[in-house]
Amino acid sequence: MEIFEHPILRFERKSKITFFFEGNPVEAYPQETVAMALYRNGINVFSYSPKLHRPRGLFCAIGKCSSCLMEVNGIPNVRTCILNVQEGMKVKRQNGLGDLPKTSEFLKSEKEYSPTVLVIGSGPAGLMASITLKEKGVDVLLIEQNPNLGGQLIKQTHKFFGSQKEKAGTRGIEIANELVKELNSLDVNYFTNTTLFSFYPRENVFLAFKDNELLKIFPKFVVFATGASEKMIPFEGNDLPNVMGAGAAQTLVNVYGIKVGTNVLMVGAGNVGLIVSYQLLQAGINVKAVVEASDKIGGYFVHAAKLTRFGVPIYTRTTIKKAVGVDKVEKAILVELDENFNETSKEFEIDVDAILLSVGLQPSYQLLAQAGCEMKYIPSLGGYVPLRSKELETSVKNFYIAGDVGGIEEASTAMLEGKLASLSILKKLGFDVEKEKEALELDLAKLRSTPFSKKILQGLKEVAYE
Amino acid sequence: MSNYLEKGYLEVSDIIDNFPSEDVFSLHPVAVSECVQEIPCNPCVSSCPTKAITMQDISSIPVINYEQCIGCGKCVQVCPGLALFLVFKNKDSYEITLPYEMLPLPKVLDEVYLLDRTGKRIGTGIVKRVIKVEKNTYSSLITVSFKEKSLIYEVRNIGVKNG
Repeated sequence: MEIFEHPILRFERKSKITFFFEGNPVEAYPQETVAMALYRNGINVFSYSPKLHRPRGLFCAIGKCSSCLMEVNGIPNVRTCILNVQEGMKVKRQNGLGDLPKTSEFLKSEKEYSPTVLVIGSGPAGLMASITLKEKGVDVLLIEQNPNLGGQLIKQTHKFFGSQKEKAGTRGIEIANELVKELNSLDVNYFTNTTLFSFYPRENVFLAFKDNELLKIFPKFVVFATGASEKMIPFEGNDLPNVMGAGAAQTLVNVYGIKVGTNVLMVGAGNVGLIVSYQLLQAGINVKAVVEASDKIGGYFVHAAKLTRFGVPIYTRTTIKKAVGVDKVEKAILVELDENFNETSKEFEIDVDAILLSVGLQPSYQLLAQAGCEMKYIPSLGGYVPLRSKELETSVKNFYIAGDVGGIEEASTAMLEGKLASLSILKKLGFDVEKEKEALELDLAKLRSTPFSKKILQGLKEVAYE
Repeated sequence: MSNYLEKGYLEVSDIIDNFPSEDVFSLHPVAVSECVQEIPCNPCVSSCPTKAITMQDISSIPVINYEQCIGCGKCVQVCPGLALFLVFKNKDSYEITLPYEMLPLPKVLDEVYLLDRTGKRIGTGIVKRVIKVEKNTYSSLITVSFKEKSLIYEVRNIGVKNG
């Protein structure tokens, strides 16, 4: 299932290492995660559900959901999608909830950090925020859960929209490279493979976990740039391995060069579904169909046209009814919908070995809620989002947001918001950034001036305070 | 306009009224646009050396001044939507230049399938040029030539034989 030739990407694969899955040796590349190594070796079942012992596999592949939990070196509930594989590692399918390890010897001592600004998440928003602050000499600590910096930019092989200022016409992967280069040249302090999981307001401490080590972080300011994750929709068999988020397939294919399947179905014709489908074609994967419950394609038309000219059919007013298969997807049963989104009697089957969901994203809001930020449910922004001022400060003083965590938009708006949040912090720190801020706000307004932004603007009004 | 958001492709009737005349694209290649939806994007405007592509603001639909266009193809290379093409009448044959980001790439003088907007084979053509447009990728501009004039309104993709 390995991809060797790709029109846009080169996969650098270093010497192989060996780890153990269920006691059997499995080969892997050292730069890949456990979940990816398993997929490369054709292993899709990661665990069995606690009650009904149903097989479970990967869903988000970016450390946000808990679909890939396995037992690693005796520790249960390890997110294998973000854990780098190591020589001799012992990986086991988890049965149910898992047992607590009998020893705590693997836990290392703790460390403390007191940065002026803590930036959580290294996607376009977090990278931009960190760069903007460090350029002015502010002490930043950037935390990233995944093995690589760049968030979801690192798998966006398509050229971006927008204007030259927002790097339009440049591929997402190139934007990630440029930003990471800038970050490194500024010598920003960062940790990858580090999950920030908790906040205690009385002590003003954030807790993070890195290589079995506890990090205690005491920041003055925080930029939450935690991004978003894929939504699930209800249908029979939706927990079957190889029913996964479109973004997870994109991670497999574009970051690690592993085919998600041979024939796939894409559910949802928004931009994510259309873009990922095209990228699967580029990786030599057959996209059998894109289905969309609405009567119209929701993403940019040009992305749809890129697919249809390769003969990929897009069925509007159609959705998935059932995923069928033993241990893995074998086929999908689709159903046409009427104008009220009710299922009709028109059903049809297609043989696919993967079903990818691109039915919307939801902001990764949990840390904000835990931190006590006032939240509101805004469907047009993707779900629960924090209230925020014009300067992107939440209801908790000195806690800022940037990017998709405040509402699902584009990488271009995320970059600008990352910069805006940082300029707002710089202003509080006494820097003269008024002019820069005004220009930035104007650029943001321009990006949000299209018909696509109408609902977003409405949503943003509902979460604005002051 | 056709119900293009229902099916994901344009019909010939959607583009034919704004298509350049044969006199214009007999002199040199001319860019044509299939960017019909208001989206926030304008690299085609900033890439054009003769200012032949204009937009009211970033979310407007690009308008190409066919008289000003010199057919350099810069906009075709940069368009993130792969929605721009070049058309040209070269003596007794017609040519379409299209962006292509798949493998394998065809070679010059290869015979390839001509595909329409739905991926259907509607004939064969000969590859005239393959220009790799980026340093680190195989992303290319491919020029195919064919005899039938009507195909310039329809050919928007190619299929590499034995590919």
